[in-house]
Amino acid sequence: MLATIVLLFILAGLALYTVLGGADFGAGLWQLSAGRGPRARTIRDHAHHSMAPVWEANHVWLIFALTVAWTAFPAVVGAVASTLTIPLSIAGLGIIARGIAYALQSATEVPHERRVIDTVFALSSILTPYMLGSTLGAIASGRVPIGNAAGNLVTSWLNPTSILCGALAVAVGAFLAAVYLAADARRLGAGELQRAFRARSLAAGVAAGALAVAGLIVVHHDAERIYRGLTSGWGLAAVIVSALAGLTTLALVWGNRFQLARASAALAVVAILLGWAAAQRPIVLPGLTLRQAAAPHDTLIALIISVVLGGLILAPSLGLLFHLVLAGNLDPTHQPTVPLTPPSARHAPRSGRLAQLAIGCLLVGLVLLTLADPDAAHIVGVIALLTAAVLGFAAVAPDQTTLDDAPPR
Amino acid sequence: MIGADAVPGLTTVQQSYLLQARQMQALSFMVHIPLVCFGIAFPTLILFLEWRYLRTGDELFKTLARRWTKVLVTLFVAGVVTGTILSFEMGLLWPAFTSTFGSVFGLGFAIEGFSFFLEAIFIGIYVYGWDRLAPRLHFLSGVPIAVAGVLGSLMVITVNGWMNHPQGFTLVDGKVTDAHPFQALFANSYFWHELVHMYLAGYMVTGFLVAGCYAVGRLRGRWGRYERIALSVPLTAAAVASPLQVLVGDWAARDVATNQPIKLAALEGLGPTTSGAPVHLLGWYTNGHVEYGIEIPRLLSLLAFHNINATVQGLNSFPAEDQPPVNVVRFAFQTMVGIGSLLALLAVIVLLVRWRRGRLPSTLWFYRALVLAGPASVVALIAGWVTTEVGRQPWVVYKVMRTNQAVTGAGGIPVSYGLLALAYLVLLIALGWALRRLAKTPLPASDPVPPTAPLTADEPVVG
Repeated sequence: MLATIVLLFILAGLALYTVLGGADFGAGLWQLSAGRGPRARTIRDHAHHSMAPVWEANHVWLIFALTVAWTAFPAVVGAVASTLTIPLSIAGLGIIARGIAYALQSATEVPHERRVIDTVFALSSILTPYMLGSTLGAIASGRVPIGNAAGNLVTSWLNPTSILCGALAVAVGAFLAAVYLAADARRLGAGELQRAFRARSLAAGVAAGALAVAGLIVVHHDAERIYRGLTSGWGLAAVIVSALAGLTTLALVWGNRFQLARASAALAVVAILLGWAAAQRPIVLPGLTLRQAAAPHDTLIALIISVVLGGLILAPSLGLLFHLVLAGNLDPTHQPTVPLTPPSARHAPRSGRLAQLAIGCLLVGLVLLTLADPDAAHIVGVIALLTAAVLGFAAVAPDQTTLDDAPPR
Repeated sequence: MIGADAVPGLTTVQQSYLLQARQMQALSFMVHIPLVCFGIAFPTLILFLEWRYLRTGDELFKTLARRWTKVLVTLFVAGVVTGTILSFEMGLLWPAFTSTFGSVFGLGFAIEGFSFFLEAIFIGIYVYGWDRLAPRLHFLSGVPIAVAGVLGSLMVITVNGWMNHPQGFTLVDGKVTDAHPFQALFANSYFWHELVHMYLAGYMVTGFLVAGCYAVGRLRGRWGRYERIALSVPLTAAAVASPLQVLVGDWAARDVATNQPIKLAALEGLGPTTSGAPVHLLGWYTNGHVEYGIEIPRLLSLLAFHNINATVQGLNSFPAEDQPPVNVVRFAFQTMVGIGSLLALLAVIVLLVRWRRGRLPSTLWFYRALVLAGPASVVALIAGWVTTEVGRQPWVVYKVMRTNQAVTGAGGIPVSYGLLALAYLVLLIALGWALRRLAKTPLPASDPVPPTAPLTADEPVVG
């Protein structure tokens, strides 16, 4: 029961990483396929600006899923990471390359520099989701045995199911990105961009759907257990939901109803992921059920408490970010509503007085931390020292000292 | 003392490239940890400037805060990337460690993931909200970034504290049968000194590096009001942190003396167990004693146990296979202490000149020293982490799991090590290049205080 709850957390993290981070990978792919010239430039810029404010947050979902996984199912993470060391290392390198390219994108406007940067960004945007997808394929087809690097280091991720899952991950990202970018273009009132990404949404949607159907055929031959799971019970329900949501998305995009299309596209993708989880259960790795893989009871409880409390802080924060982004408050064209009215100057405490207090705190800290031995004294001592630091900073008043400074030399 | 084969149920993995795996982890860490310093201290400094802007309406503070925000986000992107790599490596390089003890220490990283998340969300709002959100709201959106930076490092350090002082679990036949993560991570008395030490280090590294960039500018004649404040704010932060770091470091060493006597003996190169043990400056450890060092009698006993006659356990009382590589640890420790002391001296000069003369030091030698202080503080930071991490060897979990029991059984470590080194080299070059580009961006024309000298190609890294 507890293990299932934690598994749902991980699936939620993976689902959000797929619909948010995946779209970000997809945006990278569209940057590559934009071609050259001023029109391609606007497509690339649009893809970059749309993703920029949410870029960091989207990618933390992967870290979230990973850290929860290694806390709750440590043996699974150990087995997966050691057997699938090659695709995961390549994904890691892809993440570095993307980060570099992303950081540089806003730093230069020189065309040939931008071209190199965009190409690196786009290639790593394909490589990384492919490798992560093939990792899931390896788990799904039961090619990761329990133990430290116990599986085949090559065929575990170079096999029909893995290749298909990798390709599907790339296609799904491209599809989501195109739909989101079309919606953003509509909000910005950029008609040509909207048409460009509408066409891309339709093409990528058809491609992702075709790959998903091909996937059923491949797992029929390569991962029989998953095939049976996907054609019965909850697995089948998820497949049907995904198919319907996918078709609905295509219809909505066709009719330029992009805001609704965002949601149905995300649903189509999440349903695939949940379908896989339903088909896979209760076995995580060959011979290892979810219950056997789970960490001790107290760990699961502690983790659930932490995730719920963290979620209570995180959910409104994320809500705020996406509200600001989707309402256009962080668009380059947005103007602030309230001008700054600084308060009238207030009498600041004298520097000398602050310095005396700082030295007093320093002496208290010195006695309690350095000379005294009990732990309680150390705690008070550290607090006194940190207070001394703050008071010292205020006493120096670095925002003012420089005014009466002597000229150089 | 638990010997190699006395650790129940944990098997040693066949891995010819254990040393390369450790170096790879160390490399990833060395690239990431200076970025963590900026995560700890830089948001607070930027918020201080923005607060001054809100109070005074002086555009200069806003200009400076905005320019630093761009630097912050560039460094943060690099931090996200290198942090993701570190979390990958926990599984890729040390799968046996993760699969055995993930249920005990993993929670720390999970909570750290949340704080990372919070940081990422509000960085998005803060960075793209300049001039687009109401000023006060914008300031408030920056506060969680500063809080999350501290919370994140707290979490990672609880895990490190646990690796050095493990508790809160029962190990039967190499499997954790009973885990209490909250107790393991937070009831541990051992991580507090590490946290405070790292927190102050964050301010020192950030403060000296940023101030150092403007010190370069000053040596080249750029010294308007903008540059003075841009130098003064980070310098003051580093200057108040550095002297305190000496006291906190002393506290940390006393905790090590109590909890990890082998590490203390390695730090000082103490062979035989000695009453009234001395400290050796410099020198080389060989055959149970330090050669060519400057001996200060009884100082080690005094520092570690507050008693000049206290007995300090020496390395000879531990089996050879339980000893860390003494000279690496000792050299790193002396590097950290040496640089730290010089930085504290520089800080005292800053504070004294400010107190007696009410201004910044004016000699060019001070600014030359300040240029060096930034990189030196990074060296001290890394040396400090080498001290505690190599000093824990041969254990990954102190006296419970050895590093050679934690490592992956997969081949190809030299290949991935080479590729990672190459990728990080490119990352650092790209980062430097991006920061230079940001520094070269001219100050806005509406700025009331234009820079005193024309901007040239030889700009400092941070502008």
